[in-house]
Amino acid sequence: MKTTIPPSIKNDFPIFKRKIHGKPLVYLDSASSSQKPRQVIDTIKDYYEKTHANIHRGVYTLSEEATLAYEDAHRKVARFINAKFKEIIFTKNTTESINLLAYSLGLELKKGDEILLTEMEHHSNLVPWQQIAKRVGAAVKFMKVSQEGELVIDNKLFTPNTKIVAVTHISNVMGTINPIKEIIQKARSIGAKVVIDAAQSAPHIPIDVKELDADFLAFSSHKMLGPTGVGVLYGKQEFLEKMTPFLYGGDMIKEVKLEDTTFNDLPWKFEAGTPNIAGGIALGTAIDYLTNIGMHSIDQHEKELLQYAHEQLSKVKGITIYGPRDLKKKAGIIAFNFEDIHPHDVSSILDTEGIAIRGGHHCAMPLMKVLDIQASCRLSLYLYNTKEDIDVLVKALEKVRKVFK
Amino acid sequence: MDMYMEEILEHYKHPRNRGTMADADITFSDSNPLCGDEVDVYLKLDNKKTIAEVKTEAKGCAISQAAASMLTDTLRGKSLEEVRQLKNQFVFDLLQIHLSPIRVKCALLALIAIKKGIYQYLGTTFTDENN
Repeated sequence: MKTTIPPSIKNDFPIFKRKIHGKPLVYLDSASSSQKPRQVIDTIKDYYEKTHANIHRGVYTLSEEATLAYEDAHRKVARFINAKFKEIIFTKNTTESINLLAYSLGLELKKGDEILLTEMEHHSNLVPWQQIAKRVGAAVKFMKVSQEGELVIDNKLFTPNTKIVAVTHISNVMGTINPIKEIIQKARSIGAKVVIDAAQSAPHIPIDVKELDADFLAFSSHKMLGPTGVGVLYGKQEFLEKMTPFLYGGDMIKEVKLEDTTFNDLPWKFEAGTPNIAGGIALGTAIDYLTNIGMHSIDQHEKELLQYAHEQLSKVKGITIYGPRDLKKKAGIIAFNFEDIHPHDVSSILDTEGIAIRGGHHCAMPLMKVLDIQASCRLSLYLYNTKEDIDVLVKALEKVRKVFK
Repeated sequence: MDMYMEEILEHYKHPRNRGTMADADITFSDSNPLCGDEVDVYLKLDNKKTIAEVKTEAKGCAISQAAASMLTDTLRGKSLEEVRQLKNQFVFDLLQIHLSPIRVKCALLALIAIKKGIYQYLGTTFTDENN
């Protein structure tokens, strides 16, 4: 059976011409960071060769062109998740988007208020809240994760004191797709604001913030074919209007007097200083590329590959796979351990076969504790992966076994 | 596959000086947050100066475990001062493999834990300036 996206898509990604230890690159670490198509790379080069000047400053041609292109990238992101232009803030990455919220929303919290997270959060959606909570005296509570890697939603955790619920859409370790619609509704019923970490979902499945009714949603350009150094924060306009800025400085102001400042309109109120202009524009190109293929097709393709990978890996003796067994609840990420071989040893040996997978705690140390493991291997899929990639991996695992026999 | 030479795997599968020590003079636990490698080291001293016995309990990858095993085999009879002065290269020479910068941390876990333990025992703070 063929997959939805043909293997020839690899031709769009120059990195696949590269050999690693003399072998073709099999890249299975897109959950960490994706590879880039030629179009995105060209956008950055073209921008610096033909258009670069600072934005929102000059009235000359270059500055106007750069401004329009940068603003247009915001519009592309807005369309991509069905938001308004004013609701799209460019940051450095998902981590900065969440820090923006932790500082802007979190510092308003008082003693006795509660922030509700889950045990499966990436450190980036845990540490900012944990640290801000310490400062203001708020409590941090956690939804539990079952041994199958699914969230256990306990109604008792949603209390009148819960002010912020921050939860990952898709687990970056096990690929668990969380029931965020249900969580958003529960948060709504107690008047809490909801922050969705969409770092692992926005690159892979269609997202509609209106339909989800999410208050805030954060993701990174570099996981969705765009460059590093650009992140996105979506926020409902009504909230963003009232919130205090996270970073102060140039470009985020309307009028500055020595004693006070009027802040700029959205989204610029939250984009202080000269931003990553080239990166922002190139994220726009990445979104064009994804939209052209279609998020439904990408989702479908990854589902096919996930099923294939599960079938093939399950046949390998000594493999333990973590996360939901029901693949309908799972995105294209598989955390596994092989025999009792340390994930770093597995990854090192796979590297000699040209295969890039992740080994470690995946920035989710509390989750490792829940699963009672020190670390795991993790493979993650994207639109350029093929069944052959999985076949190469499965074959190479036998080599790993041989080394440690 | 030169990172996983026979000798490394031999030490990994049959680590020397494995275990704990109830009457250790120096104990220290350290970990490598990147991989989750963990090591507990136990040193018994002669005249508060020389290493008489050494044990380690280690969890982690083959490189960190083999390095711990090979290193501890060389420590008996060495003075605290000698061990304190050991360079990272000492461990690399024992392993005799090419390590990527990330795996260097795995290889050095035990050495650094032992040095930190000795520094603590001597009432000083470990710094990496020797290397």
